[in-house]
Amino acid sequence: MNRIVDKSYFSEKVVRLVVEAPEVARARKPGHFVIVRCGAGGERIPLTIADADEVMGTITLVVQAVGISTNKICALEVGDTFTDLVGPLGKATNVGKRDGTVLCCGGGVGVAPLLPIIKAFKEAGNRVVSVLAARNKDLIILEEEVRKYSDDVIVMTDDGTAGRKGLVTAGVEEVINREQVAEVVAIGPAVMMKFVALLTKKYEIPTTCSLNTIMVDGTGMCGACRVNVGGKMKFVCVDGPEFDAHQVDFDEMMSRMKTYDPVN
Amino acid sequence: MTEKSIYEGREATWRAELRDAMTAKERVAIPRVKMPQLAPEYRIKCNEEVNQGLDESQAIREATRCLDCPTPTCIEGCPVNIAIPDFIKNIQRGKVLIAADILKQTSALPAVCGRVCPQERQCESRCIYNKMKKEPVAIGYLERFAADTQRELQGLPTTIKRESNGIKIAVVGSGPAGLSFAGEMARRGFNVDVFEALHEVGGVLKYGIPEFRLPNVVVDSELDALKALGVNFYTNIVIGKTFSYEDLLKRGYKGLFVASGAGLPRFMNIPGENLAGVMSSNEYLTRINLMGAGRADCDTPVLKGRNVAVIGGGNTAMDSVRTARRMGAERAMIIYRRSEAEMPARIEEIEHAKEEGVEFLTLCNPVEYLGDERGRVCAMKVQRMELGEPDASGRRSPVAIDGAIDTIEVDQVIVSVGVSPNPLIPNSISGLDVSNRGTITVDENLKSSIATIYAGGDIVRGGATVILAMGDGRHAAASMAKLLLNDE
Repeated sequence: MNRIVDKSYFSEKVVRLVVEAPEVARARKPGHFVIVRCGAGGERIPLTIADADEVMGTITLVVQAVGISTNKICALEVGDTFTDLVGPLGKATNVGKRDGTVLCCGGGVGVAPLLPIIKAFKEAGNRVVSVLAARNKDLIILEEEVRKYSDDVIVMTDDGTAGRKGLVTAGVEEVINREQVAEVVAIGPAVMMKFVALLTKKYEIPTTCSLNTIMVDGTGMCGACRVNVGGKMKFVCVDGPEFDAHQVDFDEMMSRMKTYDPVN
Repeated sequence: MTEKSIYEGREATWRAELRDAMTAKERVAIPRVKMPQLAPEYRIKCNEEVNQGLDESQAIREATRCLDCPTPTCIEGCPVNIAIPDFIKNIQRGKVLIAADILKQTSALPAVCGRVCPQERQCESRCIYNKMKKEPVAIGYLERFAADTQRELQGLPTTIKRESNGIKIAVVGSGPAGLSFAGEMARRGFNVDVFEALHEVGGVLKYGIPEFRLPNVVVDSELDALKALGVNFYTNIVIGKTFSYEDLLKRGYKGLFVASGAGLPRFMNIPGENLAGVMSSNEYLTRINLMGAGRADCDTPVLKGRNVAVIGGGNTAMDSVRTARRMGAERAMIIYRRSEAEMPARIEEIEHAKEEGVEFLTLCNPVEYLGDERGRVCAMKVQRMELGEPDASGRRSPVAIDGAIDTIEVDQVIVSVGVSPNPLIPNSISGLDVSNRGTITVDENLKSSIATIYAGGDIVRGGATVILAMGDGRHAAASMAKLLLNDE
């Protein structure tokens, strides 16, 4: 159980792992996440499910090496196992036929959890336009897969090494200006989701974001993941991870995400 | 609910002889035993169990104090009605293993309950000694002594695996309610599978109660005993997520016991509560107890505040504040809005906390947390209170003193003001009746609105004790077994 059956690299720091987890593969829906643990003293790390194969009994996770635990995860090889894997957790994405374009924008590794949502909206009969954004060409991931399920794709990079030079919001605004956008789904770094939300609020377009806060248990027990949504306290693990992006207090969330950063 | 003991009772010859061997006056003259403890200055530097347990001579002497009353009121004070004089008198005559077996007849986890039960409000509060203005018999210490002795001598308790009746039962949650239910059903011949959402079995006994109060080795030994009985444990499975109720039915489970506990931590909804450095006691204790945060071989981080405020006056607040001292807090404070007399925590925990240098700021209610430029908590404002008229709970309710607001410097705040039931199960099973507080509604036999689903512990009670949860497990097992065996 929890054995890694395939591994590939999107870049030096971004790894795609295909993991044996038949029960999770069977039960998961777009938007769900899992919690994994690596080693006896390992931390519990939430990761959104990027893909699943019910027949093979596998799920796909995309992990960026940023801290101790994500580095340990990225160092796992085919044949290795996660010490623990639990899920699917959280609420699934509310997918359905919308009255207009569904605009999906992903930043960095946020494209991985976005992919099943793109797929699901496409399968529900929507016109789907995707905006992929990253600092540079190497950090744009899953472009081919996204193209497969999108009617149009715009790639934005900070340095212009792929697609167009500029921020994600430029691509989003372009689509908003040219067609009737019914809903925006944004997944990526908190700061990116914050600015997408500010932009779409201006146009009054309903926007969903998927939050990846600090968590311990992932079942509502610890409250580490609490966020302020429309003035109410919500737990990302059981009430989310997806919320109305216009209601999320991103500044508070970003400050809370630094709780365990070294104090200097 | 009391089951007839298979052991000799009060009428046994040996017991009559024990009673005649000493007068009541002589017994009453024996002072109550003092629990040997680690020194405060030593124990705040480690996680070792504070209470060291009685030795045999101390236990026998304490057992001698028990008057072996013809109508023992202590039993009425016990939520599961343990045959208290029966086990105590067996300790006195040196048959400690029999004493332990008597405990096991009614309590699934005596080594745990001997440590964490609020005996001063239960059995010991009903001891005849109280009427004589004397300290009650130390029933809790003796319970622990019997259970510990059995564990040390025998490893696994003496339990006979019954013939399987082939009926599959699923249990959600491996805390005290789930464990006691599982044991009872396994003893009755059911095939019991326990599903635990976390990566370790034990529920609150593992993630919540610190090792200095309940060592993991004690819990593990109880778990081993259940495994020996044939109970299967599956970790990392969230019922309602990994498996739905329908999945369980398809897999052939004939009954479900929901013991998923009181999950969600409550907050006070005051300004600044989402600053970095403000957390629930569940988060703080889980990081340290379950995840090993602070240990060199564990990756989970934990804040080690210098000035730590713990909000609340319950046992979890005491566990948190004493843990904070052990994590190096220079100033570890309990902030409680009533006075010490109203604190729900056990007296022993309050005393231990004081010995360990914890400050008690009573009649203080937090009203706001203040943050520094990086959004981390750096101070808190507390409203001074005074006691007014008694409220619905019978406790004198705190009333704000106009304008009396103090500012206290803090760099970590642990909120321990209670929990709400975990909504995961109630939300995932359609047709399951839930109260407006979010608890699962059950009848007097702990049966829910769905005939084959029973529930117990905090998911029904909203927030109670280990012994009550355990009692629910036993009670539900008896009812469910009756239902399923009659149906066959």
